Amino acid sequence: MTLLQVRDLQTHFATRSGALKAVDGVSFDIAAGEIVGLVGESGSGKSVTGFSILGLIDPPGRIIGGSVKLEGRELVGLPNAELRGVRGRQISMVFQDPSATLNPVLTIGRQMQLALEAHEKTSEAAMRARAVEVLERVGIPDAARRLDAHPHQFSGGMRQRVAIAIALLNSPALIICDEPTTALDVSIQAQILTEMKALARDLGTAMIWISHDLATVSSVASRLLVMYAGRIIEEGPVRDVLRAPRHPYTAGLIASLPAHAVPGRDLVQIPGSTPSLFDLPPGCAFQPRCTYAQAGCGVMPNLLREENRAVRCHFPLNGSGS
Amino acid sequence: MLGFVIQRLLQAFVVMMIISAMVFVGVYAVGNPIDVVLSPDATQQIREQAIKAYGFDQPLWKQYADFLGRLIRGDFGNSFLYNMPVLQLIGSRLPATAELTLAAVFGATFLGVPLGMYAGYRPDSTFSKAVMAISILGFSVPTFWIGLVLIFTFAVELGWLPAGGRGETAQLFGIEWSFLTTNGLKHMFLPALNLSLFKFAMMVRLARAGTRETMLTDTVRFARAAGESEWTILTRHVLRLIAIPIVTVFGLELGSTMAFAVVTETIFSWPGVGKLIIDSITTLDRPVMVAYLMLVAFFFIVINFVVDISYAALDPRLRTRRA
Repeated sequence: MTLLQVRDLQTHFATRSGALKAVDGVSFDIAAGEIVGLVGESGSGKSVTGFSILGLIDPPGRIIGGSVKLEGRELVGLPNAELRGVRGRQISMVFQDPSATLNPVLTIGRQMQLALEAHEKTSEAAMRARAVEVLERVGIPDAARRLDAHPHQFSGGMRQRVAIAIALLNSPALIICDEPTTALDVSIQAQILTEMKALARDLGTAMIWISHDLATVSSVASRLLVMYAGRIIEEGPVRDVLRAPRHPYTAGLIASLPAHAVPGRDLVQIPGSTPSLFDLPPGCAFQPRCTYAQAGCGVMPNLLREENRAVRCHFPLNGSGS
Repeated sequence: MLGFVIQRLLQAFVVMMIISAMVFVGVYAVGNPIDVVLSPDATQQIREQAIKAYGFDQPLWKQYADFLGRLIRGDFGNSFLYNMPVLQLIGSRLPATAELTLAAVFGATFLGVPLGMYAGYRPDSTFSKAVMAISILGFSVPTFWIGLVLIFTFAVELGWLPAGGRGETAQLFGIEWSFLTTNGLKHMFLPALNLSLFKFAMMVRLARAGTRETMLTDTVRFARAAGESEWTILTRHVLRLIAIPIVTVFGLELGSTMAFAVVTETIFSWPGVGKLIIDSITTLDRPVMVAYLMLVAFFFIVINFVVDISYAALDPRLRTRRA
C-alpha cells in the first residue's frame, strides 16, 4: 500500500541571481513500513526534499509545484495549522546533529511533553508514561529517572536516541531521517542503524533515510533513490542498484566507496565537482563529469522506468558495477 | 553552591574595600570642603576649630582610617550640608529613586522583550519596522531632550500629566511611596517613561537579535517538525534560549539606572538620590559622596550576584560546571 506519493515536486529558492531549483521535479512512492534511502552529494536537494514533504521550507524557499500525498491526502498547499497536525503525528523527522536539535535548557521530559501536547493534551502522568515507554523503546536505560535530565547530560549517541524517541512519540507512519548518524562515532552509528531498522520493522514505521553516505544507507534501506542536482537519477532495490548501477554517477559513487579501495592506493574519485545549481549544463546535469558522455547528452533525459528500476540517462550502463 | 556564595562574599568584601579607598582618595582630591561648610565671614579661630572638629588637619591615611573605624560601627558620618546622618539622608531619598527605576526597567523589559521577539520573528512586517524605528529613536535621542519634549507635550500643551514632583505618597513599611496613589502614579508616569526609553530600545534590540538567530537553529526546526505551534516555540523554546543576555542587561541597567537617574530626576524635579548626589558634588559634601558611591558599588555587587545565580537557573549547562 502506498503511504506517501510524491509527484513532480519542485522547491525553488528565490535569490538575487534568479531561482535556485533545489528540487526540480522529484517523484517517488513510499510503501507503508518501507525504508527508502535517498542518496546524493551536499547540494543535490535531498534534504530540501525531506523538508518539502513536511512543508518546512523557510522563505526565500517555496514549493512551487508538484504534489505530496500522504495516504491520499494532498499536503502541498495545506494551511499551516493543518500541516502542523501532520507534523510529528503522521510524519516526523530526525536531524543530523542531536546537540543542535534538542533544546539545551529544557529537560528531555519537558521537550517530550511539548511534542505530545502539540497534538493531544492528556494528563501529566499519562505523558510521562508515554515518554518513558518510548525512551525505553530506543534503548535509554533508567528512562523514568532520565526524564529530568538535560540534553548535555547524555552522550552523543544517547542524545540521538532521545531525538529519535521524540520523533516516535506520536507513533508516526513515516519518519524522515536526515543524516541521523553522520554526527556520531562510527561504532555508535552501527548501533543506531541496527536499532532504527529494528524499530521500523517492529512498529511498521516507514522511513526515508537521507544521507550522502551510500554505505550507511545501503545497510538500512531496502530501496534506493539517487539524487543529483535536484533530480532523481536512479532508483531501484538496494541490492540491484549496488550490484548493477545503471547511471554512470551511481556507478562512480559505488566505485568511490572506501570498501572498494585497494590498500595503499588513492580512493577512486568521480572527476570534476558538483555543479552549481545556478549554472547547470543543458541536458543531463552529470554530463560534464561523465566518462560516457556523447553528443545526445545535451538533451535532458527522461526517467526511464522498467520493472522496479528507473534511470535518468540516455546511455544507461548495462553490466555489473565496476 | 555554598562555596560559590562564600567565594563571592569574599570577593565583594575586597571590592568594597578597594572602592572605599578609591572614592575616599578621589573625593579628597576634589578640594577642601571647609570653605563650603563655613560662611565666608567666619573668623580664623572658628575656622581652625571647625577644621579640627571635622578632622581635616589629619593626614589622608589617618582620615581614611578614622572613616573605616566609624564604618565598622555602621556610621557613615554626617552630611556637612544637611547636618544629619548620611545613611538617614540617603535612606529618605532612595525609595523615590527605587520606585522610579524599577518602574522604568521592568516596564522596558516587559514591553521591550515581547516586541523585540516579534520583530525578530517577523522582521519584514510593517509593525516590526515601526518598533525598530522607535528603538533607534530611543538609542540616539538624548534623554534630557526627550524629557523636555514629554513635559512640553503632556504637561504644558495637553495638560494631561503633571510636569514634576512626586505627587501624593502613601506609607508602606514606614516608607513613603508614590506608586500607591493615583496622583503619585500620574507623577511617576512621565519620568518613568523618559527613563525607560533607552532601556526599552536596548531590550528590543537584544530580543530581536536573539530571536532572529534562534529561529534559524535546528532546535526550532525540530520543534516545528514535531508539530509544535509557533506560539509554543516562541514562548517555550526561544524565550528560554535568549534569556541569558536579557537577564544580564536587565541587571546592569537596573544598577546603573538606580545609580545614575540624575538627568531624569533633575528634569522632572524627582526628589531621588540622583539629585542628592549632584547637590553633594557641587557643595563638596564628602560624606554623602563617599556613602553614595559605596552604596552604588554595593548595588552592583548584589545585582551581579543575583544575575549569576539566575544564570544557573536559566542554563542547566552552567550548573554542573559550578557544582
